Amino acid sequence: MAFFKLQPAAEPDILGPMADDPSTVGSKPGDEREARAEREPRSEVPEPRPGVPAVEVHDLTVAYHTQPVLWDVDVDLPEGKLIAIVGPNGAGKSTLLKTVLGLVRPLTGRIRVFGEPYERRRSWVGYVPQRESVDWDFPTNALDVVLMGLYGRVGWFRRPSRHHRETALACLDKLGILDLAGRQISQLSGGQQQRVFLARALAQDARLYLMDEPFAGVDATTERAILTLLKELRSSGKTVVAVHHDLQTVAEYFDHVVLLNMRLVAAGPIATTFVEENLQRTYGGRLTVLTQATEALLGRGAAAEPEAGG
Amino acid sequence: MSPTLVILLVGSLVAASCALVGSFLVLRKLALLGDAISHSVLPGIAIAFFLTGDRAPLPMVLGAGALGVLTVFLVELFHRSRRLKEDAAIGVVFPALFSLGVILISRYAAQVDLDLDCVLYGEIAYTPWDLVFWGSRSFGPKALWVTGGVLALNALFVATFYKELKISTFDPELAGSLGFSPTLLHYALMTAVSLTVVGSFESVGAILVVAMLVVPPATAFLLTDRLSRMLILAVALGIVSAISGYWLARWWDCSIAGAMAVVAGTLFVLALTLSPRYGLLGRLLTHRRLRERLAGQLVLLHLQQGEARLPVTLLERRFGWSRGRFQRTLRRLARAGWIEKGRDGLRLTTAGADFLDSTGGSHLAHRL
Amino acid sequence: MELSFTARNVMLGAALLGVAGGAMGSFTLLRRQSLLGDALSHAALPGICFAFLLTGSKAPLPLFAGALIAGLLGALTMLATVRWSRVKEDSAMGIVLSVFFGLGIVLLTYIQKLPTGNQSGLDKFLFGQAATLVEEDVQVMALLSVGVLALLALFYKELKILAFDREYGASLGLPMRSLEILLTLLLVVVVVVGLQTVGVVLLVATLITPAAAARQWTDRLGVMILLSAAIGAGSGVLGALVSATVPRLPTGPVIVLFASFVLVVSLFLAPRRGYLWALARERRVERRIRRENLLKDLYRVGEGGESWDRFVSLPQLMGLRGQSSARLLRSARPLLQDGLMQRQGDTVRLTDKGRREAAGVVRKHRLWELYLTRRLELPSDHVHRDAEAMEHALTDEAVTELDALLGHPELDPHGRPIPPVVAGAAGEEATA
Repeated sequence: MAFFKLQPAAEPDILGPMADDPSTVGSKPGDEREARAEREPRSEVPEPRPGVPAVEVHDLTVAYHTQPVLWDVDVDLPEGKLIAIVGPNGAGKSTLLKTVLGLVRPLTGRIRVFGEPYERRRSWVGYVPQRESVDWDFPTNALDVVLMGLYGRVGWFRRPSRHHRETALACLDKLGILDLAGRQISQLSGGQQQRVFLARALAQDARLYLMDEPFAGVDATTERAILTLLKELRSSGKTVVAVHHDLQTVAEYFDHVVLLNMRLVAAGPIATTFVEENLQRTYGGRLTVLTQATEALLGRGAAAEPEAGG
Repeated sequence: MSPTLVILLVGSLVAASCALVGSFLVLRKLALLGDAISHSVLPGIAIAFFLTGDRAPLPMVLGAGALGVLTVFLVELFHRSRRLKEDAAIGVVFPALFSLGVILISRYAAQVDLDLDCVLYGEIAYTPWDLVFWGSRSFGPKALWVTGGVLALNALFVATFYKELKISTFDPELAGSLGFSPTLLHYALMTAVSLTVVGSFESVGAILVVAMLVVPPATAFLLTDRLSRMLILAVALGIVSAISGYWLARWWDCSIAGAMAVVAGTLFVLALTLSPRYGLLGRLLTHRRLRERLAGQLVLLHLQQGEARLPVTLLERRFGWSRGRFQRTLRRLARAGWIEKGRDGLRLTTAGADFLDSTGGSHLAHRL
Repeated sequence: MELSFTARNVMLGAALLGVAGGAMGSFTLLRRQSLLGDALSHAALPGICFAFLLTGSKAPLPLFAGALIAGLLGALTMLATVRWSRVKEDSAMGIVLSVFFGLGIVLLTYIQKLPTGNQSGLDKFLFGQAATLVEEDVQVMALLSVGVLALLALFYKELKILAFDREYGASLGLPMRSLEILLTLLLVVVVVVGLQTVGVVLLVATLITPAAAARQWTDRLGVMILLSAAIGAGSGVLGALVSATVPRLPTGPVIVLFASFVLVVSLFLAPRRGYLWALARERRVERRIRRENLLKDLYRVGEGGESWDRFVSLPQLMGLRGQSSARLLRSARPLLQDGLMQRQGDTVRLTDKGRREAAGVVRKHRLWELYLTRRLELPSDHVHRDAEAMEHALTDEAVTELDALLGHPELDPHGRPIPPVVAGAAGEEATA
């Protein structure tokens, strides 16, 4: 017998379309679904209503084993802006991106991309992973890597056509590295590798780009090139959400910022959000609020490996 | 000494020595290097056999030790040249060396007493009768001396270098900065592994040494967080596996070494499922508990954020939880006295607000 | 007649294994799962024994099936262990490897004691005995190998993403988990194919060694896979033949030694990645550096003196860099041969040609010094060392850009003149 009698739903549906799967907590990672569902052309999925944010994060909590990484994060990312995600190491910035992409399963919470679950908006989202996430000694060249962004369009059992190759080459050209198309990727500099990753995401022709530290470890020329690209994307109405490591350049490069330290500290336009007080709360203090919470929660100190004791 | 006792002793000694060095292999993620060494010492033993003409332990031990060091050295060489990754280096070095050993033995020692199958899985049943003689006096089974010696050496090694081993296992950079060479220690450990392997050949054979090196320590790893306890547990588990394995093999009339490995595996599976902290069941329970607490906290947080007196249905749909889960959470919170039901919805109690404050407070959600 | 029939089976079997192993091994190698093949091959043993116990026959199909199921179980166990406990991947592999194998040995010895069990047929799986391959075996192997190759080709590009950037592939919506399962399944199949030929212990080498060898020769995945298959087939056929003809030589070890030999040769001789090539490259660079340094030294001496035509004594040059006379003479010889220097007894001097080339090197050095002091604002006594290194690395285009960037300067930070570009010097500088 229910302790609380549920009242009839009298209030308007302000939350938008409901979750597909009310029986589970949180969104399912996409790679458990069949490939068929992901390949549906964009035209079949309804356009979002105007004003719908590019990304909506509701009550997101992500934990790795028993360690929380993101805690009750609730934020909306508007469309058509350059948004930086900023915070100290281990703050969950990459995890946030990966959760949006369905690569990580949250403990609780829901994510919507342009109003729909990620699986239905997959073709609208381009991903630029961290450069270190890949072994660059892999036997392949730059063009090949960019072509990977088109595999969704090439489809199963088919080889990329000339048209696909031309698209890929155009993307390389956009990033200024057309002459490196046939170059083995281990022979590329860090900045060139980053451009290859960006070209790959560009090939997806997405509406929303999620980038994990795109400016990390690149030379000045590449940094400028990336920034130019981002601004172009913005002027064509695309949205870019980038984990950014360099506090000095946040205000200059981005329109909005999300300050994250496991919890959401603040989010909003640069002018009002990227201020001293918020930065203090994000970066200051050795023991974060959440660590205290975690310890209280688990009733003991965290210990995942054999201690240096005994 | 009865033959059975000899066999049990030999098995236990092997298990104990393997558990001691194997624990460090497991912790340093070198389990497969141990596997590689157990295969690649074969040519060393063969060569020692050719040179001395009999299976005297000392030359074999030296030959094996040399090959063990050679294996590690070659793997490092390939890896450092950056043309091969570490796992690939292991995967090409040990088969090549093992092949060399097999060919040497098949071609030139087949007529003599070095049996390949025996090398692979040992023949511990013969150990009570393989005695060591000096002059005309028998000093008892050779295997006891060999395995006992290996155990003594390993125990000495671990005891003497305990601190250094511990530090270099958990924090190699710190070890270097403290002044002793982690590389040297690494090679020393690998030499110990090689010696342990050859010492165990006759009892459990090359392949199953790996079982004794890896499985009991891994099992211990699931049961404790402290290095000292892990070592003790690993030794104990190894001995239990050895003894039980022997009786199992007696019962089924099959390979003793194989049975020891199977028992060790069974113990591992038991620990995997049942270990309170790190086993499957334990983690499931902890995970569940954590989820429930997090769920409760989230509800409380939302109530506190000025969404007090929200209709239950609205909250439920916000979270996207199943009805059952939501109800259970609410029930728990109410039982703890942290929420109460008002006429128009749920409300946070003062006790609930206090609880929230004690666990770190909350911040308002932000929308851009 | 008998021999050639056996030989034919042997060749076919080994070739099939070589091709399938080499192709599959390429993916295994790139995904850093080399030792997974080792663990799975050991895990297959109890499956073979069980199959024999259940069916009482040593026909290939049931044995293969048993090996397959056991291999899959082993893979699952490893996966589950790593996923659900804090045991690390290598330990999980070691556990599955030794425990499954131990179970296999238990069954093997149990079968041995049975009145029906003449298991001498079964223990060929330990080291491999290609000479015992019968037509039926080869047929099953062929079927399986072709299947593996077909699937690898069919899913080639998706498997490529899986190996290179799994997360990105998942973000695209590709079913990475399923592809991973497929790849593991194919690996188990290859393991099963190879068990009779090379045996349990050495199977990993038929996967990894050809792939590692192939990797040294090419930077393209497709070529690597083909080459790996070829190397695998080659060493397989050679090894199997040798083993079948020479008595008391198990097949597995011989095949592995052939493949390992190819690997060592590849590591040394392969262009670009090969050790000898890298050595030669280093030597070339060293030679060029020494040559340019000598030219520079002579230029500076000439610049500081009253005339360019004065001969400089060798001991004086030796003193500039603390070089031995032997070293100096070695550097000098090619310069003399190329007509950049003239020698007179114990002294040398630059020719016109030499002076032009030397000017080019000095120009690079001084431009770089100016760049460091002006653009990076380093103090002028800090820049010499850096320029000593950079002057050898700067290309002509870089120098032209530098010159433009700095506004065609005439003096370096120390007040010395920067030599202008001389027509014809560029062509000579191209020699190195």
